[in-house]
Amino acid sequence: MDKFTTLTGIAAPLPQINVDTDMIIPKQFLKTIQRSGLGRNLFDEMRYDNDGNEVLDFVLNRPAYREAQILVAGDNFGCGSSREHAPWALLDFGIRCVIAPSFADIFYNNCFKNGILPIALPQDQVDLVMRDAQRGANARQTVDLENQTITLSDGTAIPFEVDGFRRHCLMNGLDDIGLTLEKAPAIDAFERQAGQSRPWV
Amino acid sequence: MSGKTLYDKIWDAHLVHEAEDGTCLLYIDRHLVHEVTSPQAFEGLRMTQRTVRAPDKTIAVPDHNVPTTTDRANGIENEESRIQVEALDRNARDFGIHYYPVSDVRQGIVHIVGPEQGWTLPGMTVVCGDSHTATHGAFGALAHGIGTSEVEHVLATQTLIQKKSKNMKVEITGRLAPGVTAKDITLSVIGHTGTAGGTGYVIEYCGEAIRALSMEGRMTVCNMAIEGGARAGLIAPDETTFAYVMGRPHAPKGAQWEAALAWWKTLRSDDDAHWDKVVTLRGEDIAPVVTWGTSPEDVLPITAAVPAPGDFAGGKVEAAKRSLDYMGLTPGTPLADVPIDTVFIGSCTNGRIEDLRAAAAILRGKKIKDGLRAMVVPGSGLVRAQAEEEGLAQVFIDAGFEWRMAGCSMCLAMNPDQLSPGERCAATSNRNFEGRQGKGGRTHLMSPAMAAAAAITGKLTDVRDLMRQQ
Ligand code: SF4
Repeated sequence: MDKFTTLTGIAAPLPQINVDTDMIIPKQFLKTIQRSGLGRNLFDEMRYDNDGNEVLDFVLNRPAYREAQILVAGDNFGCGSSREHAPWALLDFGIRCVIAPSFADIFYNNCFKNGILPIALPQDQVDLVMRDAQRGANARQTVDLENQTITLSDGTAIPFEVDGFRRHCLMNGLDDIGLTLEKAPAIDAFERQAGQSRPWV
Repeated sequence: MSGKTLYDKIWDAHLVHEAEDGTCLLYIDRHLVHEVTSPQAFEGLRMTQRTVRAPDKTIAVPDHNVPTTTDRANGIENEESRIQVEALDRNARDFGIHYYPVSDVRQGIVHIVGPEQGWTLPGMTVVCGDSHTATHGAFGALAHGIGTSEVEHVLATQTLIQKKSKNMKVEITGRLAPGVTAKDITLSVIGHTGTAGGTGYVIEYCGEAIRALSMEGRMTVCNMAIEGGARAGLIAPDETTFAYVMGRPHAPKGAQWEAALAWWKTLRSDDDAHWDKVVTLRGEDIAPVVTWGTSPEDVLPITAAVPAPGDFAGGKVEAAKRSLDYMGLTPGTPLADVPIDTVFIGSCTNGRIEDLRAAAAILRGKKIKDGLRAMVVPGSGLVRAQAEEEGLAQVFIDAGFEWRMAGCSMCLAMNPDQLSPGERCAATSNRNFEGRQGKGGRTHLMSPAMAAAAAITGKLTDVRDLMRQQ
């Protein structure tokens, strides 16, 4: 998992409530053998028409937002099915941070497992972030996880809250595997000792 | 302080770290991999730029999706299956792990290939993204299934985060009667304890009847520990185990063999070990059994009749109603009167050479019932080759069986080998769940000898009746 410390990037505004995981990645893309590669089909049904052409006014198709790394959305983001394909698709597109008034629980957890920072803010503050994002590609925002602030393009700083342990894992890029890898010296030592006592293994 | 169980000993020998809350980091000696549960795990490694920590201890083989027809060298028709197998080909190559491709004679069901090649040894920890990893417990190894995220965890760290299970002893005393096999033992135990009876436990099977089993039989018993709800099942290694392991391609040799043997001989539960639960069955009481319902605990002797929902209590009443309806069975019908359409001999439960010998012994010189579909799917290419050498293949072919290539096949019907709705199958596999062998398919689990007997008569049959005639 990639570390998340600070992120400066373009924020794409998606002022819509109840964006569910079916919208984020429709079920026909779940047969994949991969976690990566789903970015192309992120928001597939909103992003492409029936002939597979891009819907020009969908936010991620607009030239200003094609490189977005932050997504700003409405209430109850990520509701619906528990598919981990949803954060996989966001990540594969390049989104590392989602800002919304609230998140569905499973989606929220899945984000942390995949190195994505979901930030829940009061509605009026999300509105501020949204308006800034609507200014386009010049409106770069900075998300600083260590200091727990979002800095808008005009310098306005907005503080946010996140669970301490999750913050630690995200800042150090630690998933379960990452945490176990912190014990690498113990694993090395075990292997050395076992290599002597059970060399045939 | 009481002594240790075999499970305790293997656990202690693999403990890397124990946290205050009892969460343990366990070292994994062997990691077996197949094509269905591994693609996202390898993909995870790529995304995080991690490597396989111990490629030498990681063994991959495609089995679930592969066709078992002899023309399979021409490729896999189903696109998703083909992609999964191709992904395993690529992952094995990219990460440098041991691999047995479809074209290799050693290819087969992962739980048959591991022991056959000497990858599975006593005292090891063995995991695989597959619940029937319990099979390897027959060697006195701690072996169990894991999920895809854990597959990735083991690939990256060669360890697993675990909490310890409780100890359960299942003792089978005395001797088995003729016609009664390892499959009848393991089904009878599940019939006795239920599918949740082993939940939270690791089972050690012991007793005279277990000791008398070959390694093949012991693998059959441990294979179905999972159907009894247990995390794993194991059997203490003994001379039978050592004789099976000796000389296998990846078994230790020379001085290492001697050192290994010395340790393996200590791998038994101490006399004063503490057991959280004990179940004892008399070997003499075990009959050839079949399942009648859609849970592996729905086990009855072949001499019994289809039960009625009212024979049960609690939630099982409704479950039995549903099972009987799905299975198309009427309470009171003698099980030996139930006609079948299909016979499947194979799977990691009963796809080894001894299983084929047992079935062929019943079939020799006989024909299967007219109109019946019958197939033998050897558990590995080597089992297939040996059966051909011993003349067993010809016995099956002469009787009217299809003689297939190795794979999981109709055990779970991920490849084209499937039952159609309502089709009734005598199967040597391990799960009789609704739809397991194909949508609407009806599965009766039994031993290879019983499946062979059913093939001859076209109905569920007491193999002992045929043995008396022989
Ligand atoms: S034979 Fe059946 S139970 Fe065994 S690994 Fe294959 S699918 Fe699973």
